[in-house]
Amino acid sequence: MSQELDNLLEKAIQAISQSEDLAALDAVRVSYLGKKGEITAKLKNLGQVSTELRPAAGQAINRVKLQIQASLEERKSVINDQLIIDNLSSETVDVTLPGRGLNAGGLHPVTLTMNRIQKMFAKLGFDVAEGPEVEDEFHNFEALNIPAHHPARAMHDTFYFGDGQLLRTHTSPVQIRVLEHQAPPVRIIAPGRVYRCDSDITHTPMFHQVEGLLIDENVSFSDLKGTLEEFLRLFFEQDNLKTRFRPSYFPFTEPSMEADIGCVMCAGSGCRVCGHSGWIEVLGCGMVHPEVFRHTGIDNDIFTGYAFGLGIERLAMMRYGVNDLRLFFENDLRFLQQFS
Amino acid sequence: MLVSENWLREWVNPTIDSSVLIEQLTMAGLEVETVVPAGPILDKVVVGKVLAVGPHPDADKLNICQVSNGEYTAQVVCGAKNVRQGLKVAFAEVGATLPGLKIKKAKLRGVESQGMLCSASELKMAETSDGIIELPSNAPVGCSIFEYLGLNDNLIEVDLTPNRGDCLSLVGVAREVSAINRVALENTTNKVVENKINDVFSVELLAPEACPHYVGRIIKNIDANARTPLWMKEKLRRSGLRPISPVVDVTNFVMMELGQPMHGFDFGKLEGGIRVRRATPGEKFTLLDQSEIECRTDSLVIADHNKAVALAGIMGGLDSSVQSETRNVFLEAAFFAPLDLAGKARSYGMHTDSSHRFERGVDPGLQVRAMHRATELLLEIVGGEAGPVIDAEIPESMPVRAGVSLRYARIKRLLGIEISEAEVVEILRSLNMQVEAEDNGWRVIPPSYRFDINIEADLIEEIGRLIGYNNIAGTKEAAHASMEAFSETQIEVNEIRDVLVTQGFYETVTYSFVSPELQALLDPRQEALVLSNPISADMSVMRTRLLPGLVQALQRNINRQQQRIRLFETGLCFIPQSAGLQQKRHIAAVITGSRENEGWHSRSETVDFYDLKGNLESILRLSNQSNFEFVKTTNPILHPGQGADVIYNNKPVGFIGALHPSIMPKLDFSQPVFVFELELSPILKSELPNFVEISKYPSIRRDIALSVDSDINVQSLLNCIFSIKSEILQEVFVFDVYTGKEVRNNRKSVALGLILQDFSRTLVDEDVDKLVVKVLDELKKQYNAILREN
Repeated sequence: MSQELDNLLEKAIQAISQSEDLAALDAVRVSYLGKKGEITAKLKNLGQVSTELRPAAGQAINRVKLQIQASLEERKSVINDQLIIDNLSSETVDVTLPGRGLNAGGLHPVTLTMNRIQKMFAKLGFDVAEGPEVEDEFHNFEALNIPAHHPARAMHDTFYFGDGQLLRTHTSPVQIRVLEHQAPPVRIIAPGRVYRCDSDITHTPMFHQVEGLLIDENVSFSDLKGTLEEFLRLFFEQDNLKTRFRPSYFPFTEPSMEADIGCVMCAGSGCRVCGHSGWIEVLGCGMVHPEVFRHTGIDNDIFTGYAFGLGIERLAMMRYGVNDLRLFFENDLRFLQQFS
Repeated sequence: MLVSENWLREWVNPTIDSSVLIEQLTMAGLEVETVVPAGPILDKVVVGKVLAVGPHPDADKLNICQVSNGEYTAQVVCGAKNVRQGLKVAFAEVGATLPGLKIKKAKLRGVESQGMLCSASELKMAETSDGIIELPSNAPVGCSIFEYLGLNDNLIEVDLTPNRGDCLSLVGVAREVSAINRVALENTTNKVVENKINDVFSVELLAPEACPHYVGRIIKNIDANARTPLWMKEKLRRSGLRPISPVVDVTNFVMMELGQPMHGFDFGKLEGGIRVRRATPGEKFTLLDQSEIECRTDSLVIADHNKAVALAGIMGGLDSSVQSETRNVFLEAAFFAPLDLAGKARSYGMHTDSSHRFERGVDPGLQVRAMHRATELLLEIVGGEAGPVIDAEIPESMPVRAGVSLRYARIKRLLGIEISEAEVVEILRSLNMQVEAEDNGWRVIPPSYRFDINIEADLIEEIGRLIGYNNIAGTKEAAHASMEAFSETQIEVNEIRDVLVTQGFYETVTYSFVSPELQALLDPRQEALVLSNPISADMSVMRTRLLPGLVQALQRNINRQQQRIRLFETGLCFIPQSAGLQQKRHIAAVITGSRENEGWHSRSETVDFYDLKGNLESILRLSNQSNFEFVKTTNPILHPGQGADVIYNNKPVGFIGALHPSIMPKLDFSQPVFVFELELSPILKSELPNFVEISKYPSIRRDIALSVDSDINVQSLLNCIFSIKSEILQEVFVFDVYTGKEVRNNRKSVALGLILQDFSRTLVDEDVDKLVVKVLDELKKQYNAILREN
């Protein structure tokens, strides 16, 4: 009996280990443990064994049965593992192929630059203000202390509509529009389009500026300088950025100055972009002129203020290394795609 | 303003090198644009003396000259007409290097030539020249020409701001250098030239508000053959002026040196006397540049008793100008009020050195001094006898130099720096200001040439400027931190931009002015605002929509072989209306080409209406989409079957659709193009979220497939279903629309999914059936919609 069981077990384990797939394995299980299986048959036949021997025989058969079951489980798990391994290779994809889904587009570099400037000044409490682009002479010139026939008007190359209206030549009229409605303290930044009747390799008839205006008690020229120095360093992300402030002239600020930065193209050694001077002009600024205070009814004995104007395209050209202003308005996708 | 450094240093010569001087000018507000050398570096070009001149045996036009350089005599073949014995010349020895030329021994028509006699153009001292340079007879033979002519000089181009008319002269720039370095001016040219004859001419100032001061002088018997000396020609050249004739050169020289524009008349052509007056109606005459001018009556002219002879402060007349035969000259040095002259030259399309200076302000105290200086120079060159200085002035019309009060405390307040009172006074005095102490500060009288100093801030600027802006440390004003009040229902334009960018759009920036044809094509019902002075015809009207610019950008990219294009723009549009011009911010987008980038997993489908509508809806979703309706369009630029007007609060605020097939060829488009354009303001408002209870009970979905007439739009069916106002109907969506063969003619199949749910209990089939029957009844009644069996 025992020998017979041992042989049966050996035969079963061999059959199990030779099963290559789950179906074959199941056939083995059925042939031993199924309703008509050999082990099942042995258990059924226990009734013919004498009462004294029956418990021991039963135990022996059950032991073999458990061993076969364990062996079946073990083999099943081996086959399953192999199955997963086999499937893995058939499920393998080329991970270098591009993913599905739409690629994002991008914002125009002018917007990127304006957004960046707005964000930087927002931390200082400057709110965004806007004004019309078709302006009148009063806001674009007179209130900014540029009377008719002032030589500064000739420098503005203004587009006119023939009815006293014009395209604003700078974002400075927004200063006036804000001050007409808002009492100091005022901190605003006014980004937008401006227009000059001028078109050549370095001028387009439309470009963008950001105007800044701060009116408060005890605002000084050194505050203006400190703020803009910090702005330029942060904008270009260069701690050692060279800056210089030169006296200049704008009828609506006094004193007035222009700021240059060390050329970021040639690091100050002189190149075509900076006209071999090592410096690039990036902004104009100054202390708000008493005439502007007078036109807007603000008491200059209590308040002082500063204003500045940044040329967006110029800053963007410096920042991104764009070498031709006109590219900004051609909207060639091969250009736009470089900023996304 | 072009400044010769050597000439400047004749006036003021601080011990600083050129680079420091240039830096100082820029940092004082006289921005240096460029610096170029006055002439080429010349080696072995020396002062030579022509000892003898003989004919060339084989060439009529050539001469054989014996030229001494002090060490040896060389034989030089020269073709210049003006070569003659005894002449001092610029002699390029064998081995000399000229710009673009190396001098070697050569044979000219068989005769050996050991060097060359140079013309001004060969030395790059003139653009053209007639003959060789004639050096003065006292030029030292053998001396290097580079040294003799002072070519070791920098020409400094200063870009002056309009407020600094006082620096439009050598003396003006020198005054600045003097103040910056606290070094006194060296040259004062204050020589008074007494009269030899007593001839005078009457001068009447008939428009004293425009010309309160006019100085004239008669100079008789000048030598018509005299030539402007080389030193003066060189100084004029280095100031950017072309030498013309002695009288013109002298007046130009005085203008460059002192800043007083002058004019010389042929005295013989003047009748009766000078009258400075307004032009009479229709008064015409010919100017020096040969142009005929018809004056407006607001213009000031210099006239004699019969006719206008000059457009005051702008340009002289041709008929009265000094010619080669002129023997008697009448010189003019006047003061014209800047405000009166402002814009006049420009209004005639002119701009001259003279008008440039008068508009910015010429020193009203300068005229007599300039007249003496011009007389001195002129007599030196052309001889002759000067009459007395004729000085006509209307004192009450002269500019008044009012004092300006400067409060000490205001300096710190405006500049943010500490400065001692003594330093303030020193700076102001270095600028030739008269300074007197008064309460809390000073009373300052600026010099007569400083038209730009009228208020306290102007004086403070001068103090800051001379301290040097770079010496004022930057500070930061105390920040006023305050909490930001921002509305949660206000949508930023940037949020909208980002939604489109995420969906593959690129933002464009196109010009606000477009071609009138394109504008009319894309907004045919709207008049556009027209520019008076456009840069070109195709940029002459203001856009009323963003589409023209976007369409151009699209054309450009199609022409550059882009397969898939999605562009958008936001910006102002300019819409003339009876109530006035509306400047409205719009947003617009265009798409064309393939739906996806061509790739291994994409099918090459082209975009259709619903692609762009999806993009537009994603923007509207930021606000409250249900406030917007899409209705079939009547917009003539859109395909009538593929276009919609976007309605907000019963008002059209935009449109979306395919461009109309009839305008496609006019834009050179051969593939479908879809566009939308919307006013931005309605979509910048959202609504605050308002919480609604969530049902705890399961929902049931029931699908119905309807057959309806093909012209019934789905929105009507949805509206019809919602009009039932069932409390358990939560959502209806379209999951299929089919117009294929199996559907009868002019019918289409619409499959709808109904989501039903109750807040208080689980729905049973009976509830659902009841509602569906109601829905179907209503649809049948209103739209003849029939439930499809399968």
